[in-house]
Amino acid sequence: MKGKLLIWLPFAAFAALALLFVAGLLRPDDRLIPSKLVGKPLPDFALPAAASDRPALSSAEFAQGKPRFVNIFASWCVPCAAEAPQIAAMAQAGAPIDGIAIRDARADVDAFLKRHGNPYSRIGLDARSSVQLALGSSGVPETFLIDGQGRILHQHIGDIRADDVPELLKMWRAAQ
Amino acid sequence: MRALVLLFALLLGGAALAQTALPPAPYANRQLDDPALERKATALMQTIRCLTCQSQSIADSNASMAADLRSEIRERIAKGEEPEHIRAWLIERYGDWISYQPTVDAISWPLWAVPVLLLIGGGGLVLARIRRWKGEG
Repeated sequence: MKGKLLIWLPFAAFAALALLFVAGLLRPDDRLIPSKLVGKPLPDFALPAAASDRPALSSAEFAQGKPRFVNIFASWCVPCAAEAPQIAAMAQAGAPIDGIAIRDARADVDAFLKRHGNPYSRIGLDARSSVQLALGSSGVPETFLIDGQGRILHQHIGDIRADDVPELLKMWRAAQ
Repeated sequence: MRALVLLFALLLGGAALAQTALPPAPYANRQLDDPALERKATALMQTIRCLTCQSQSIADSNASMAADLRSEIRERIAKGEEPEHIRAWLIERYGDWISYQPTVDAISWPLWAVPVLLLIGGGGLVLARIRRWKGEG
């Protein structure tokens, strides 16, 4: 009797594995890679100015007691143009927003801001994605919320949609 | 005909502009002058996953972010940084996701342990059979 049951053991093991694999295949695909630096201090950086009429951006600008957003964007990035009205709305609501332009050139950034509006206080030029890599950011656009002590509170991956704005502003107010 | 060629030229130009207008970073597609350092850098780049084309290593990818990361890695290695230090720096930011090098940790140890356990179990079975045959013979 015991031997008869034992014969089914390999089959049971196979069925369990098959079930595991099917469950894995049916799980929705998640391609977002969140930064592991959320909750940790902002890495040190100093970037030159990306636009003609905005000052340069360095990590020293954060950690001054007030929470700020930093928006990773690029003039060549289409979703960045799509999220521009939402960024403008957040700035209008009083949230200070800085920008980091990835792999960009000043003339292109100027043209982009002229066309889509300029809600940024400061804009740094990250010509070779080095600050983007240091932040653990995996693409454009992304938006980070930094608290008054220079700690990363939140990372928003992808463009900010209209229904993301209230949630982001709530987080910003809570960080005051 | 000429209009058609012009149209295609414009379309191709648009595709090139869709990503970025900047030239690639200095060491994105250029090897380091010292072959020993280049070997170190290549070995690392082949085990770092591209953030844009998520099934490729940065050594294989044409994405601009992979190019920037290649240049960053080559420049750091040229400055004397150890490859494993750079890998740790990246894992600190992107998690184990970024590295193709297998690790042994709380979640992956069964992968390493199961083959050994199966081998021991199988060996035990065979041994028991052989003993029984000998007993019969």
